[in-house]
Amino acid sequence: MRKNLNVIAAYSIMMGLIILVGIFQSWNIALSIFNLCLISAVMTMGANIQWGYAGLINFGIMGYTALGGLAAVLISVDPVQEAWSEGGFNILMSLFFIIIMVLAVKYILKKYKKSKIRTYSIAAIIILGIVIIRFTAEPGIEAIESVNPAKTGFLGGFGLPIIFSWIVGALFAGGLAFIIGKVALGLRADYLAIATLLISEIVIAIIKHEDWLTRGVKNVIGLKRPAPYEVNLQQTDWFINLVEKFNLSKLNLISDLSERQAALNQFVIEGSSVFVKLCYSGLFLVVVIILLILTQKALYSPWGRMMRAIRDNEEAANAMGKNVVKQHLLIFVLGSAIVGIAGAMLVTQDGLFTPGSYRPMRYTFLIWVMVIVGGSGNNFGAILGGFVVWFLWIEAAPIGLYLVNLITAGLDNSHFLKVHLIESVPYFRFLMMGIGLLLIMRYRPKGILPEKIEIK
Amino acid sequence: MDFINAIILLLNYIFIPALAYGSQLALGAIFVTLIYGILRFANFATGDMMSFGTMVTILFTWYFQSLGISLGFLPTALLAIPFAIIFMASYMLLIDKFVFKYYRVNKSPPVQLAMVSIGVMFVTQAVVRIIIGPSDRRFFDGEKFLIRAGEFKEITGLNEGLAIKSTQVITIIVTLILVSTLFWFLNKTRTGKSMRAYSDNEDLALLSGIDPKKIVMITWIIAAILATIGGALYGLDKSFKPFTYFNNMLPIFAAAIVGGIGNPFGAFLGGYVIAFSEILLTYAYKKFFMYILPESMEPEGLIQLLSTDYKFAVSFSILVIVLLYRPSGIFKGKIL
Repeated sequence: MRKNLNVIAAYSIMMGLIILVGIFQSWNIALSIFNLCLISAVMTMGANIQWGYAGLINFGIMGYTALGGLAAVLISVDPVQEAWSEGGFNILMSLFFIIIMVLAVKYILKKYKKSKIRTYSIAAIIILGIVIIRFTAEPGIEAIESVNPAKTGFLGGFGLPIIFSWIVGALFAGGLAFIIGKVALGLRADYLAIATLLISEIVIAIIKHEDWLTRGVKNVIGLKRPAPYEVNLQQTDWFINLVEKFNLSKLNLISDLSERQAALNQFVIEGSSVFVKLCYSGLFLVVVIILLILTQKALYSPWGRMMRAIRDNEEAANAMGKNVVKQHLLIFVLGSAIVGIAGAMLVTQDGLFTPGSYRPMRYTFLIWVMVIVGGSGNNFGAILGGFVVWFLWIEAAPIGLYLVNLITAGLDNSHFLKVHLIESVPYFRFLMMGIGLLLIMRYRPKGILPEKIEIK
Repeated sequence: MDFINAIILLLNYIFIPALAYGSQLALGAIFVTLIYGILRFANFATGDMMSFGTMVTILFTWYFQSLGISLGFLPTALLAIPFAIIFMASYMLLIDKFVFKYYRVNKSPPVQLAMVSIGVMFVTQAVVRIIIGPSDRRFFDGEKFLIRAGEFKEITGLNEGLAIKSTQVITIIVTLILVSTLFWFLNKTRTGKSMRAYSDNEDLALLSGIDPKKIVMITWIIAAILATIGGALYGLDKSFKPFTYFNNMLPIFAAAIVGGIGNPFGAFLGGYVIAFSEILLTYAYKKFFMYILPESMEPEGLIQLLSTDYKFAVSFSILVIVLLYRPSGIFKGKIL
């Protein structure tokens, strides 16, 4: 118990801060911060597995997040029958050709020894394949995109409950990570960082511009929800009764009947959105707890010990007969899959998929700040990092505004410096993150909750 | 005649824009490569440092404009650049003193330095946005075109016009001067040689009495010159927007690695490789083939290999291919 005192203290302070936001701002804001904290925590756990357990740098978090989001769209949206009948055949044909192309390349790679002729023939197959695929896909894509472009213009998905997409998102992200890992894991640490960063940009470019699959920058809105809708809740009897029970003391103060009804309505509207957010919190909390148990188990298992050995001394681990390449690939896939889950969760919560919003600052570098600040190699630290950094990221604007007002208190309200500073308050969050990261790196390089391995 | 038209078309839409864009990338790539070669880390703050330099240039330009100083047909920014460089160099030395020095002295692994550079990236980005704001800014003044498309058509009597923007010419000329001076400095002067020695083998260089503090300081000053000029030229040619500069970091990295990281000459050429491949692969060749081929064979589609949306993706794919087949870059990296 005593050993874990700092963990408990850190988490209680964090929860206290969120509760304070609930009391002073509103419970709606507090819960939306809490939900995004949970999602960030899942992402950090993914990144932490790669960086903390195995020392692999993955700057491609944005790409996996977006793939998870794509999974949410493909699973939950109803299929667009017309688009399928117009261009579905062409798309399936080109998919078929892609598979044939990959198999052909694999066959050649396996069958023939490395030589110039082999390289050239592979290049020829790829170029020929791309030309064929383009010619089959082009008419299909055009047909699909012209089907009611204002509303659909894409193939749609499978129309399944969106919750399944969390698993599919993990599969998508893991699949991409497998491909990237196969080609890029041999690179040195900083090359790997740059390569993954650029590959994730390619993924985003594809998601943004392949309208037949994702609607691109036209966004997909109104995704199905695993939680009830506010509008429906506001008309359900048991919910109204529940809200009434909660706010009985406040309602009893109002004697006028019509006023009381109006107040109750207000409470119901507020309560419904809080209730929906609580549903999401519950779902997300389940995911976080399951992942936490699994990652903790993995950390203390023989496998976790092996990973640390590989991280700390790759050559020695290799000499002891551990397959470093295979383990690196495995952990790269696992970590990315977890990030994919987070991506699907994010889209589930928002109810919309906006490919234009995936930017490396928010989805890659911020997550890395979380991992470093929280404590790499420690799952509790990673989750805490997600909470602290996201909380600051959101609350930076109010804090910044307060500070600006404090510093410029002596200036006139219309003074140009004050006006300028107040306008630029949103950018104080970058400043705060940067300074926070630099301070942590300098004075507490292992993070708030450092890695602590107990040998039992 | 048609043949000349086709050539002019390519010059106008591919060659000259790619040359200008490539020069801008090349300056950034040499910046990355110098930091990587001498200070030994991947600097993720590259794009934002360039935007900081450009911001200072813009502020000085505005100041000069308010004083009524101008360079006639040349942009006022050219006058502002030297002042901006002084400012930028002191900013970089300040950052080095308070941030990077600690890790260098402690011989931290390069990964840690890269992480620290992310912190610097956040801070610099915040400073730029707080001072000048996130919006698009143009600070170009003076004569816009050297040759206008219409004038060119009149003079030569061709169908295709050739428009040369003065910013493109300025970019290319300034880059050539700057890069040749830099190579002269690195190859011929004592300090430059000691920088190369330090990059090649740190211990050996220290043994032979090279002062590491001086090397680091000069590296940062050169970096400040490259970042400010590269950023300002890009801003003059297109426009200044902090977010674009952050994004430009990616093709710049691609250029530095394709050219062989740590090798300034490679980075210089890498910039052009990236720029030309981006533009060549995403240009629609329909008009070109209309000039070249007889009428009966005129193409129907746009004859575009990739849509322009994939401009960035092209350079990144080249990078990935290079990383896989020749991790040391086309021109053999890791020697300065």
